[in-house]
Amino acid sequence: MPSLSPLVTIRDLNKIFESRKGLFGEPRRMTAVNQVSLDIPRGQVTGVVGESGCGKSTLARLVLRLLEATSGSISFDGVDLLKQSHGAMRLLRRRMQMVFQDPYSSLDPRYTIADALLEPFKVQGIRLTTAEARQKVEALFAMVGLDARFAQNHPHQLSGGQRQRIGIARALALEPDLMVLDEPTASLDVSIQAQIVTLLEKLKHELGLTYLFISHDLNLVRYFSDRIVVMYLGRIVEILPDAKAAPRHPYTQTLLDSTFAPDPTQRRDISRLTGEIPSPYNLPQGCAFAARCRHARPDCLSRRPVLETRSDGHAVACFHPLT
Amino acid sequence: MALLDVQDLSIDIGGIKPLDSIGFAVDKGETLGIVGESGSGKSLTALSIMGLLPLIGGRVERGSIRFDGMELTRLPEPDYRRLRGRRIAFITQNPMTSLDPVIRVGEQIDQVARLHLGLSGSAARRHSIEIMERLRIPEAATTYHNYPHQLSGGMKQRIVIAMALAANPDLIIADEPTTALDVTIQAQIVQILGELVREKGVALILITHDMGVVAQACDRVVVLYAGRVAESNTVSAIFASPRHPYTQALIGCIPRNAMERGSLVGIPGLVPSVARYPAGCRFHPRCTRSESLCEREVPVLERLASGAEIACHVADKHEAAHA
Amino acid sequence: MTAPALDHSPGFLAEARRTTLGKVFLSPKGGITGAYLLALVLVALLAPWITPYPYDAQNLPLASQPPSLANWLGTDEFGRDVLSRIMYGARTSLSVSVTAITVSVFIGMCLGAAAAYFGGLLDRFITAVIDLSWSFPELLIALILVAIIGPGLTSTMIAIGVAYLAQFTRLTRAEILALKNETYIEATIGLGASHSHVVFRHLLPNAMAPVIICGMLATGDAIILEATLGFFGLGAQPPVPSWGAMMSSGTAQIFKAPWVIIFPGLVIAITVVAINLFGDALIRALDIKSKIREG
Repeated sequence: MPSLSPLVTIRDLNKIFESRKGLFGEPRRMTAVNQVSLDIPRGQVTGVVGESGCGKSTLARLVLRLLEATSGSISFDGVDLLKQSHGAMRLLRRRMQMVFQDPYSSLDPRYTIADALLEPFKVQGIRLTTAEARQKVEALFAMVGLDARFAQNHPHQLSGGQRQRIGIARALALEPDLMVLDEPTASLDVSIQAQIVTLLEKLKHELGLTYLFISHDLNLVRYFSDRIVVMYLGRIVEILPDAKAAPRHPYTQTLLDSTFAPDPTQRRDISRLTGEIPSPYNLPQGCAFAARCRHARPDCLSRRPVLETRSDGHAVACFHPLT
Repeated sequence: MALLDVQDLSIDIGGIKPLDSIGFAVDKGETLGIVGESGSGKSLTALSIMGLLPLIGGRVERGSIRFDGMELTRLPEPDYRRLRGRRIAFITQNPMTSLDPVIRVGEQIDQVARLHLGLSGSAARRHSIEIMERLRIPEAATTYHNYPHQLSGGMKQRIVIAMALAANPDLIIADEPTTALDVTIQAQIVQILGELVREKGVALILITHDMGVVAQACDRVVVLYAGRVAESNTVSAIFASPRHPYTQALIGCIPRNAMERGSLVGIPGLVPSVARYPAGCRFHPRCTRSESLCEREVPVLERLASGAEIACHVADKHEAAHA
Repeated sequence: MTAPALDHSPGFLAEARRTTLGKVFLSPKGGITGAYLLALVLVALLAPWITPYPYDAQNLPLASQPPSLANWLGTDEFGRDVLSRIMYGARTSLSVSVTAITVSVFIGMCLGAAAAYFGGLLDRFITAVIDLSWSFPELLIALILVAIIGPGLTSTMIAIGVAYLAQFTRLTRAEILALKNETYIEATIGLGASHSHVVFRHLLPNAMAPVIICGMLATGDAIILEATLGFFGLGAQPPVPSWGAMMSSGTAQIFKAPWVIIFPGLVIAITVVAINLFGDALIRALDIKSKIREG
């Protein structure tokens, strides 16, 4: 795998949302994604973790150009994504697909499952004979471990986990290179979450996929990813070169301390955790995490740390990293 | 005699029987976890204790719910109304819908104290602010005057907890109180609930699907599957040696720190719907160890010498082996 | 796909559709009004063959006769059979209002969908024009249009269509704005779908039901508007009968031969009430469908 160029290269990506209260109100600007630079290596799982409002879902949509970036560049396999025309982009979408968080609303309630699975071919203008179509649907069902008897059902007749499998099958239909997984298990039971994660692992090996895996669950990301990107309020605060690396940013440590292991002998004392995530509409001028950080010193409040990469690939944006 | 003692509870909702012979007890200063996937009957158990089954067209068919010596299944509704909110408090999953959007949050806490404790305006207000401070709500006196929409999700959930505490209840039932919250906020809420149990001696029933939360916060745990108790034990024993295959599987679903890739195992299949429970052990179609006996005969809930309870034909019931 | 469906779910939606219509016709409200409307449509279609007299057969010696065995609803000042003219009038009233509303619903859906989907300047322009027309009473818009184009059936249809356009455009726009946030729309765009695919395959089919119900209810209002224009002599031109024109001619002898004005008026009233009640029953029955949509 080494020496291959990354599948996706993101440089200085910004997304600013503007909203206005009423016709004459002051426009409010929110920087959802702030100067994000990131490589997504081929055949690997890049995990992005963070809490609500950290910009991880916005980042996912920017990478696939489901949202238009305010500035910056995204290169997909050498193609400058943000310069593609509407038509060229539509063709490129064959190679990059997304699995959505909510399996309940990601399928049109009026479509049968078979129609939903055939829609990717239809929108890409790929004509299939009836026999081919049937074959494709059966192959996709088999791929995600579902019984083909569901073909003529409607989404509401399936459980959440089954629907998410259909969401994955739909994304796989066009044989993409990149799959962006936006919290694909967040609305499922833990038992079903484990099923879906196992399925995604299997598919990655069989099809040689590259994943961008978005989640709020650091343990899940650590389990599933090769590299971990930690975001806080629109910025990358840390990039862990491998899933086992010890966190250097206090926020990553906080996230780790907030997850409960299924082991009563490892109970945590969380009384040290305090504070709320600040409003993304008016960010402090210094480090955004300083107000909640136990290690914060005066310089953290006045200046903003930039992301600095160590020789081992471990990057952190902190004046006083833990290690 | 425990504060709350539920025995052999079966309920009936329009001819279907989603709970079958449930039993557990919880005492003051103790936290009982009720775990299971969606559809296992966790929330219905809470509704039964609150006497709210008639709201969804259900009734207690058999069994008893004794609270502080009173038999709740035969309690007339007016008496029940004096119990609810006053001695048994209920915290729901969704803090966004539990608060009235047009009333200041502090006044909503006041209302509870006025109704149940007969406190006057200023005394109720002092009482509310005191509770808010105990829940570590920053600047409680200011937050008192805010409306729900001005607060974050975690802060709203704290207000909901404050309302539950306002009448000094003996028992708090919390139904997935942290599911909708960010991980760092979830950790704080779990910590707060734990302190209440330790310092105020309330009894807490924590309904959750997350074995991590159980390990962190509970003393005893009841594992429900498809409306029946699969296993019940102290938290330390159940994590040290889970006996029921379902308990083992539930714990195996959670990605742990430093877990090897590929070692996560989901539970195959789905929780059966109430209308189509399989014969014999209801878990047998998903169980890796099921035998022909499991398909035919319902396993009875056996009480072991240590106080552990288990309903399984194949599980190891020798206590010495695990002592 | 010929894969066998689950035992409990063969053609679930088709079944639900059947029961939806079944529900409408089986409810007392929907059943009675539905039967009446069905009968009215049949009468309108078959009028040339089933009326007791031709609508324009004058019989001056028998002018202004009260209801009798020969003329069940009496005759007008030219001795024409009122029943026959009402039956023919159903043709005019129904065809004008149904055609106008159908075209209006179609155009309204296109405008509303375009405004909601593309947003920006187009949305502002469409919304501004529609809001402007919304602020005038429908009758006023219709009168102005007929005054410009001239009286007649075509201009009545245009007037009705334009008068109700705002309603359908606004409703479609609101529905589509809500649907646009559904994940499956984003998912479809992510597959590389064109704008037209997203609009015509996903947004409009999901937004259609409430707009069509609204159109159905508006048809009742349209019948009144058509009758009003007819009453002022701006609609169907004699001798073609329309319910409004009949009432208009009846005013001249309201005391001498009240049946000439009463019966067409009664038919208008009953028809409008029937359409509204039937629409109510349909909305109630469709509640099930919205449940299906949400899963």
